[in-house]
Amino acid sequence: MASVLYSPRDPGLKKRDELEDMLEERRRSSDARHALRCYAPAVYKGLAPREVSALRGAVLQSDALQHVIGQVSAECGERRELVQEEAAHLLDEMAHRLRLGTVRFFAYVLSKVFKTLFRSVRVNEEGVQRLQQAIQDHPVVLLPSHRSYMDFLMMSYILYTYDLALPVIAAGMDFMSMKVVGEMLRMSGAFFIRRSFGGDKLYWAVFSEYVKTMLRTGYAPIEFFLEGTRSRTGKSLTPKTGLLNIVMEPFFKGEVFDIHLVPVSISYDRILEESLYARELLGVPKPKETTSGLLKARQILREDYGVMHVYFGHPVSVRSLAQGRVKRSQYNLVPRHIPQRPCLAAQALVGEAAFRLVRLQEQAMVLRPWTLVATLLLQNPDGMDLPVLEEQAAWLRRLALSFGAFLDWPDCKPCREVVGAGLALHKNLARVSGGRVRLAVAETPGVGQTAEELAFDRAVGVLSCASYRNQILHVFIRPALLSVALRTANSSRKDEVYTCFNFLWTVFSNEFILCPGASVQDFEEACYLLGKCCAVQESQQDIVMSEGGHATLAFLRALLDPFLQGYQVVCQYLCKETEENLRENKFVPAARNFALQLILAGVLTLCYEALSSDLQKNALAALVQLEAVTKVKVGDQVTLKVNRRAASSLEDMLGTF
Amino acid sequence: PPPPPPRLRWRSSFEMVADAVYGDAKISRQDIMKWNGWGYSDSRFLFNKKGQGEFTGKRYRLSGMILPSLKDWFEATFGTSLQHKTPATPTLNVSAVPPPNLVEPFVEELKVAGVAASHDPEGRVFRSHGHCLHEIFALREGRIGRVPDLVVWPNCHNDVVKIVELACKYNVCLMPYGGGTSVSSALECPLEETRSVVSLDTSQMNRILWIDEKNLTVHVEAGIIGQDLERQLNESGYCTGHEPDSMEFSSLGGWVATRASGMKKNIYGNIEDLVVHIKMVTPRGVIEKSCQGPRMSTGPDIHHFIMGSEGTLGVVTEVTMKIRPLPEYQKYGSIVFPNFQQGVSCLREVARQRCAPASIRLMDNEQFQFGHALKPQVSSIFTSFLDGLKKFYITKFKGFEPHHLCVATLLFEGDREKVLQHEKQVYDIAAKFGGLAAGEDNGQRGYMLTFVIAYLRDLGMDYYVIGESFETSVPWDRVLDLCRNVKERIVRECKERGVQFPPFSTCRVTQTYDAGACVYFYFAFNYRGLADPLHVYERVEHEAREEILANGGSLSHHHGVGKLRKEWMREAVSTVGLGMLQSVKEYVDPNNIFGNRNLL
Repeated sequence: MASVLYSPRDPGLKKRDELEDMLEERRRSSDARHALRCYAPAVYKGLAPREVSALRGAVLQSDALQHVIGQVSAECGERRELVQEEAAHLLDEMAHRLRLGTVRFFAYVLSKVFKTLFRSVRVNEEGVQRLQQAIQDHPVVLLPSHRSYMDFLMMSYILYTYDLALPVIAAGMDFMSMKVVGEMLRMSGAFFIRRSFGGDKLYWAVFSEYVKTMLRTGYAPIEFFLEGTRSRTGKSLTPKTGLLNIVMEPFFKGEVFDIHLVPVSISYDRILEESLYARELLGVPKPKETTSGLLKARQILREDYGVMHVYFGHPVSVRSLAQGRVKRSQYNLVPRHIPQRPCLAAQALVGEAAFRLVRLQEQAMVLRPWTLVATLLLQNPDGMDLPVLEEQAAWLRRLALSFGAFLDWPDCKPCREVVGAGLALHKNLARVSGGRVRLAVAETPGVGQTAEELAFDRAVGVLSCASYRNQILHVFIRPALLSVALRTANSSRKDEVYTCFNFLWTVFSNEFILCPGASVQDFEEACYLLGKCCAVQESQQDIVMSEGGHATLAFLRALLDPFLQGYQVVCQYLCKETEENLRENKFVPAARNFALQLILAGVLTLCYEALSSDLQKNALAALVQLEAVTKVKVGDQVTLKVNRRAASSLEDMLGTF
Repeated sequence: PPPPPPRLRWRSSFEMVADAVYGDAKISRQDIMKWNGWGYSDSRFLFNKKGQGEFTGKRYRLSGMILPSLKDWFEATFGTSLQHKTPATPTLNVSAVPPPNLVEPFVEELKVAGVAASHDPEGRVFRSHGHCLHEIFALREGRIGRVPDLVVWPNCHNDVVKIVELACKYNVCLMPYGGGTSVSSALECPLEETRSVVSLDTSQMNRILWIDEKNLTVHVEAGIIGQDLERQLNESGYCTGHEPDSMEFSSLGGWVATRASGMKKNIYGNIEDLVVHIKMVTPRGVIEKSCQGPRMSTGPDIHHFIMGSEGTLGVVTEVTMKIRPLPEYQKYGSIVFPNFQQGVSCLREVARQRCAPASIRLMDNEQFQFGHALKPQVSSIFTSFLDGLKKFYITKFKGFEPHHLCVATLLFEGDREKVLQHEKQVYDIAAKFGGLAAGEDNGQRGYMLTFVIAYLRDLGMDYYVIGESFETSVPWDRVLDLCRNVKERIVRECKERGVQFPPFSTCRVTQTYDAGACVYFYFAFNYRGLADPLHVYERVEHEAREEILANGGSLSHHHGVGKLRKEWMREAVSTVGLGMLQSVKEYVDPNNIFGNRNLL
């Protein structure tokens, strides 16, 4: 099972399941009957039958929670009963109240909604079967990718449709403010967690015991998003390990025989929140989730969102992961209900597993031809002649496939049709006129529009388009880093190339899913892939571009350009920033403003992505990691101390690539 | 007038046939015991011509009985067929036994000292093994490994002193041999041993030297076998109450050397609670305490260097033990629980209230069903009708799921009134955990199972089934998790290693303590189709032990470490702990005369 995580060197060899349209059945038979049909999922074999109310009692009376309640009461001199009440209150605020009636209501409504939104929802049924088996054998944790609010609705809907046990889902507290919908989500299995509760011992205890109790008893599969939040960029986000730590602990402590982690890849032809995300990245704050806001979203229903793909990956056994890595006997000497900091080996394992699981998600994301088209259009901002675009798309398709992309490109259709279909679905992003295709961004300012507004408008278009290119970056990222390194390295000696590669790899380790400590493996994989597509030639000592490799390497280098430039802009900004105590929360607006000024001044012409707050934050994280910036906590404020020399030399280094 | 106390029969779970004390070295145990299996030669399980299970001989209650359900259970549990047999080599091939490597002057001087000795091949093979699966499996196939070169039979403490002196003088390797029931590879001759290996058989040192009724102690030579000790004490109205499952064959010296535990330890204590004084002969001389005070503060207790030393430091020759007057009344009992979890909770509560009967054991569902398979043919329609009624009551009326319910067996001991009171207390606790009293018979059969289960392994080995038991001790809060995880690990490992049919993987809780319990696992599988069944078996047992340790279980509760579990000693007692033990060994036996290489 562990081998699932260590994919074969050639990802192209990976066998993938067939996908079936699950809406087909819904279009043929009654939704009401579907919603009301007999629902009797197979459950965990060791399930201790438990009602929602019994679950509450079990959590509140658990030794672990009682221990912390005792501690908290002693620490703050509060009466134990009061702390106990507080814990009960926190639990009630958090807990789900799964009711079949609500689930059936959702099943009915969502059938209607999904049929309107999507042409089809394609699911790998073999994966569903594997999941069904896994649910019976072991406690299961579902780990879907997160691109849209649709994700968890769709997950529950699919599980209901295939008669699988419904998951309980960790959701952000922000939903709760939507009164009716929040309660409905609760009744369909969502439980709500506060976004930040770092220091709150009691909250942490209630929360982790709640999750662990459900897991230990096999109450229901637990579902949460490793990425923590919806990715606004289409790229996978660096995983958060907090919840993963919690769900793996019952295994480390021997409370369950094993736990199975099931990565689920959900991909969309078009994301519902597409332009919303771009605006968010540009600093237009995210609208607060309100019920009325959701109703306004009705206009969304009128649009075509194409096909949605859901791929259930192979279950990953925590036992196999931990084999030979974590000594479980370390928990022998302290009662298991007393919280214990996991040992370094366990922490490392969880961190590594999180990355690997996100990579598994990435690798099973179905990529549509449009992602290739968007990539090409972004590299050619002046537009492309349609036949050239088609030709290039066909070329890129071959390259992507040879790198192992899970590309859903119909074999039987001519390239023209495939590209055409993508352009038609995304007509808001790309325009075809006079046989030439270009991004649908405004050329001249509209009436009463300032130059600034125009720039933002363009940026929205570019970032929206980039969110599709980003979906396919994980396929190219390692060869792309190598391509850049090849051009910059002083010689073609492998060790020198690797030094360059490793530098880039480190700088971009927050931007892309690059597993910590795996730079050598990534380098080898990149060499292998570029060798495989005949772009480079490898010898014992050297690695050189081959004769026909120019186009491939140029394309791959261009993929990284926006990021290289964006990071340089951030470095420049930090060097020029005069404020001595730059507050962390001022960083993004200031950096954005700096980039905007460069764009307006015409210094930075084609780099709208430098405006993205995601890129700025990732760059900052890299600078902190490289010790060009230090975070200093003063009271509640975090300020940034910039090491100008380091930042400027980093900027110079990035400039050489 | 008060009713006369019921006549107590020692160990009513099976009928003992007087087993002559082995007065003469030439009439050794090997004449009445199997050379390649467990126990008495006349007692064995077999499937008769009609395919019915049967237990031969006259020694046990089950002897001579037909067991009608055994075959179906056996075939269904292991997926075997009686058509496929794997019979053992019938007789020992003496020519396969390696010639003895004798140190002539040593043998000569022994003769002069009047110590009986022999290098007869059968006797050497008999003392070359314990009862680990791999040891018996090899013998059944007629494979003989390294065996001792000489067997010596000291008659008393002074003989042992002489033997040890001579061994030091001629640098021969001594391996003490008591009852031969080791399940830790402790009796295997180390392959790397190049010196002459001498098996020191303590069986002739089997006298009770005195009984002290004022202090309630008995002084015994350490070679005495458990059942002989108990029977002879019974004749004087006493008992030690130490009854390990192997007591038919194991010796007092062996108990001391391995830190044995008895079934009735709740009343009488384990071996470390029972011994008052030990005399051991080491290469440095004799170690013993100067008085028989009941407790001392004289630095670390030197008895604890001896108990558990597994024959690496010397030979235990004499022991003073506590005795108790024979209890007036004994009563068996059993309780059915709806599931194992409830059963464990009940045992935990019993331990919390410190009201455990002499013995309380909890079998899981698989063992419960196994117990049923060993039910002898019922003689009357009435009995079978009653059985049917009981089953109906429990499963239909009380709603117990037949594949989840489990049984605890109980043994109460003491004066009659107190036993009945005690019994009520325990049954009242059980009721709180959904337990139903299930009769004395079931209880008694449960204990009988313990003694015959070892015989059953030989039956399995006739039909492609190999298995073993192993044990651990674990804190209460981890009992359930450990049982589940270890059983599952066994199933998983068997599957991964190509075992075709799911293994028999079961457990029971056999002892309760204030802070935890002793858990016993039984594990067996059908090895048809495996190229190297022993290797598979050993790997699975190894993984199961890893799982035990990972789940907070100990390396051993009472079987000891031997050579089988040596690899985990450092982890179990820490590097410093191991160093302490090593330094004792270095001082006591610098030339490794006691060279069985157990433990360290």
